[in-house]
Amino acid sequence: MDRLNETLPRYALAVLSHIALVVVWYLFVKLGNVPKFVMPSPVETLDALLSPNYGWWANIAVTATEIFGGYFLALAVGVALALAFTWSKVLETFFMPLLISLNMIPKVALGPLIIVWFKYGVLPNTLIAFSIALFPILLTTARGLREIEPELLDLVRGLRGSRWQLFTKIQLPGALPYIFSGMKVAAILAVAGAIVGEFLGSDKGLGYLMLQVQVTLDTPAMFMAVILITMIGVALYGMVLALERLLVVKDARLD
Amino acid sequence: MTEPFIHLRNVRKVYRKGHEEFLAISDATFDVMPGELVSLVGPSGCGKSTLLKILAGLHGHDGGEVRIGSSAHAFDPSRDVGMVFQAPLLLKWRRILDNVLLPAEILGLPMAAARERANGLLALVGLSGFEDKYPYELSGGMQQRAAIARALVHDPKLVLMDEPFGALDALTREKMNLELLRIWKESGKTIVFVTHGISEAVFLGTRVVVLTAGPARMADNFEIVLPYPRTLEMKTQERFGDYTRRIYKLLGME
Repeated sequence: MDRLNETLPRYALAVLSHIALVVVWYLFVKLGNVPKFVMPSPVETLDALLSPNYGWWANIAVTATEIFGGYFLALAVGVALALAFTWSKVLETFFMPLLISLNMIPKVALGPLIIVWFKYGVLPNTLIAFSIALFPILLTTARGLREIEPELLDLVRGLRGSRWQLFTKIQLPGALPYIFSGMKVAAILAVAGAIVGEFLGSDKGLGYLMLQVQVTLDTPAMFMAVILITMIGVALYGMVLALERLLVVKDARLD
Repeated sequence: MTEPFIHLRNVRKVYRKGHEEFLAISDATFDVMPGELVSLVGPSGCGKSTLLKILAGLHGHDGGEVRIGSSAHAFDPSRDVGMVFQAPLLLKWRRILDNVLLPAEILGLPMAAARERANGLLALVGLSGFEDKYPYELSGGMQQRAAIARALVHDPKLVLMDEPFGALDALTREKMNLELLRIWKESGKTIVFVTHGISEAVFLGTRVVVLTAGPARMADNFEIVLPYPRTLEMKTQERFGDYTRRIYKLLGME
């Protein structure tokens, strides 16, 4: 019964808060007589989704490809680089300060350049998402791989364990909570990166669509696009959370 | 007289940091017989842990003689050392049984036999039924029991303990002392037990080696003539008091 009390209302309350937001939104628009072009009601927004003119599915596919593509590329490259750093002290001391400096570049500012180099389309937007998602994953993974108690190291060394054993049995599983904490931050950034890319220069995608309908003050479509972008982000974030639950023991999770 | 299992003569250890040298151990001389439980007692920073690392083969020494093993008890430093630290240092993501099995995995021992042995050791340390729990589900004292089982799983000849009960509350600590004596008797291991608890050193040891601080010098090395099994009641005996007083005096605390 206690268990039920704890878990059921938690999910119920989460759903409730989302529903409540929609209700408040509805009441605000209706009672305040807010014009549709300033803020459409939830019903008007949903109407936009049913109209075939916007090509929602094609645009969702493009934006999702950019977000997921950039994100997984960042995950692969970030973890691989962090690994290389733990294996080579020279590599780390050479590249890490440089990477920290590069991290200071506002990645969004690279957008116009990336578009000059790679033209319009899915590729430059994927690269913007990648560049912005890379650093949190790289930095937290490198940190996690370094976090090993010296005595645990003694224990493995005392048994003449190999570097590979140290890595697979202690470092990598120990770093997983850190990797996931970086992955969560990166998920949020990847979404922002892809949309900024579409704003800067693109001919498809939800961000591009928003700019198109803005000209005609088609606010319901803009609202719907924002909701869909958010849902792609939530899907990515939810996937990361589910994976974390699967791979990281409760006690070891960082947040 | 039997050959000692550990033989240290005038052991010196110097740490170098840049151009600065720091003498950690100036002169350690003592023997440990096979199957003995020797307490190494001294103030913090007196080089006790350094001495343990030398025994574990993790650090070299800069002078003197270190010999471990004898003709009757061959010693392979990679397989014959078990280590227990102040923190249990269990791997959070492994169940207790898998934590205990870690040294066996690293050494590449046959796993079926190791698993059986690990189960037996968990019973020995009083953790039967906790094999599938995660470390966070166990109290500090229980985690340290698991760490002791881990130190024994590859059947080492020598177990090195570095203030293993230092982080436990006083009552749990007393209980763990009794447990350790039982485990020691049943396993027959040679144990070197580092502590800064003077009463703990006397209570556990067949022998106590007293080290003084900065740099570690061996101040005394004497046998504790109290019968086993030891009981908490012995702590109130006069002889027990004599031993602790002797150590206090050596450490200049009297």
